[in-house]
Amino acid sequence: MTRSPVLELRGLSRRYGQTTVLNDIDVTIPEGSFTALLGASGCGKSTTLRIMAGLDRPSEGEVLLSGKDVSQKTTHQRNIAMVFQSYALYPHLTVFQNMALPLTMRHLSSLGRMPFVGAVAPGSSKARNLIAEKVGAAAEVLGLTDLLHRKPSSLSGGQKQRVALGRAMVRDPVLFLLDEPLSNLDARLRVKMRAELVALHRRTGRPFVYVTHDQSEAMAMADQIVVMIGGKVAQAGAPRDLYDRPASRDVATFIGHNAINLFQPADGMPGLHPAADEAVIGLRPEHLSPAATGALEANLETAEYLGSEIILALRSERGTEIRAIAPGDYAIPAPGSPVRLGFEPTRLHLFDEQTGKRLEVAS
Amino acid sequence: MIRSFISRAWSTLFLVAGAAVILLPFLWMLSLAFKPRDEIFSADIQLLPSRIEWSNFVVALTETDVPLFLWNGFVVVAGILAFQILFAVPCSYALAQRRFKGRTFVFGMVLAALLVPFHVTAIPIFLGFAKVGILNSYGALILPFVPTAFGIFLFRQFFSQLPSDLFDAARVDGLSETAIVWRIAFPLAMPAATAFAIFSVTAHWNDLFWPLIATTDPHLATPPRGILYFRDEESGDDVGPLMAGAVIITAPLVLAFLLAQRKFTQGLAAGGLKG
Repeated sequence: MTRSPVLELRGLSRRYGQTTVLNDIDVTIPEGSFTALLGASGCGKSTTLRIMAGLDRPSEGEVLLSGKDVSQKTTHQRNIAMVFQSYALYPHLTVFQNMALPLTMRHLSSLGRMPFVGAVAPGSSKARNLIAEKVGAAAEVLGLTDLLHRKPSSLSGGQKQRVALGRAMVRDPVLFLLDEPLSNLDARLRVKMRAELVALHRRTGRPFVYVTHDQSEAMAMADQIVVMIGGKVAQAGAPRDLYDRPASRDVATFIGHNAINLFQPADGMPGLHPAADEAVIGLRPEHLSPAATGALEANLETAEYLGSEIILALRSERGTEIRAIAPGDYAIPAPGSPVRLGFEPTRLHLFDEQTGKRLEVAS
Repeated sequence: MIRSFISRAWSTLFLVAGAAVILLPFLWMLSLAFKPRDEIFSADIQLLPSRIEWSNFVVALTETDVPLFLWNGFVVVAGILAFQILFAVPCSYALAQRRFKGRTFVFGMVLAALLVPFHVTAIPIFLGFAKVGILNSYGALILPFVPTAFGIFLFRQFFSQLPSDLFDAARVDGLSETAIVWRIAFPLAMPAATAFAIFSVTAHWNDLFWPLIATTDPHLATPPRGILYFRDEESGDDVGPLMAGAVIITAPLVLAFLLAQRKFTQGLAAGGLKG
């Protein structure tokens, strides 16, 4: 990768009293990237984001911004913008004032920020014009021009979201941090805002770090996903790498729209792979489909017809549950009848039974 | 239907009776203030004066020190309120939204201070002020009330309900902690501040105890203290102007309360002190 890193976390740990929230993590955010921090709630992804922002301090390790250690600097000094899950708009200020506040703090002296007196402070009218211009430009990009004089309480969820983005955008930060920004929106708006976020990312050209627990959101938007499990980085890489070569059983479970089938050695599935009696075998439902000459046989329990595809739930002779996906035109046999399933051997994942780590397929 | 009507009628009746008992001295004050001299001491009880007598007010405002007392009251009450807010708001912000060692202990001390009546500390404060030599000054009337446990408690309850994301956002936007207090936290706490202001202003406008102890100079007399001078020296048994003076002194509070009534109840509800 030729892109130089904007932000690096090195050997970072965070402890609160006895509990370790982050345990020796390394994360690199390259120039212009869209990174998703993906993990279940409580895995430390929000803490990681707060440490990147400078709202929290690491117990150990370094935070490097453009190669320089910034552990002791505030968010504002780092020039990092952050969008909060709850948007955190100031309820008593108008949309314009909300978006202008970071600029006010930067461009106006403390005298210039005072009410009444500020209007006559030297240099303040020039600074005010500059602020109005920048806020106006950001508002136009986000379609907020008509709302600038409204208070946040009179805005819809999507509009609040845009104001929060606008407040982050106006000061042209070196890095955008977004903490589950779409989780408070309804499903349809969420998909729309996804596209807007990606467009905004292209337009600004700045790296985005996006915290989410929704793997489909991460897969859809990010070019780098950092999967965090239990305060550690389980795997970091491009979405396709994570899907094709998950580093561990846990990552394999987390990534992918359909939950992966995991066969323990005790399940006795010898038809799958020569190593089936000593390793855990992972096989995604979408790579397992009915085939007349398939290596596996199982009895059909239920079938969910989704139009484009059919999700089959089956049970093997030894009682192991298997999920497979059949094409939409597949003729569903009666429940209980045996179905032969085929798969591509390259799609098989092997994991160590004890550690859960990926084993390279020998065959 | 009828039963609920009867129970409502009963409760209304009790409320009216209670209100009448409480309001009677107040109404009597109003009535006397507007009565001509010869009607005040008449043997029969008459609530409404036969004609409105304005001269009581003219006497109270021109021939006595009531305007001075009002001015003193204003200076003391405004001074107390301004300093109380200046210190209580940052203090309660720190207690509600900052993490530091001994935070729980400090808040515990604030709660404990709520239980101590002012009369307990009055004598030590008086002796201290006497040593420093600042008795008989506006300072002596204002200083003892600047640290307010009640104010800190009220604002803390309000601030602890605000989402901490809001303050993190302000930090991201480059506000210092002081700027967060005055630009974000305080404007949001306006309902609580209004409620607190009414408590503070009423208590100190009406306070007689401390001004009686801390000042002997008539030129520093607050309104209740002033009324005492008034009765002794100027009017003797001239009740009309005395009552007119009392009306003038109570009027600002009544007006302020009526104007801020809605904000007041809002602030109490928001501060978690319902009831």
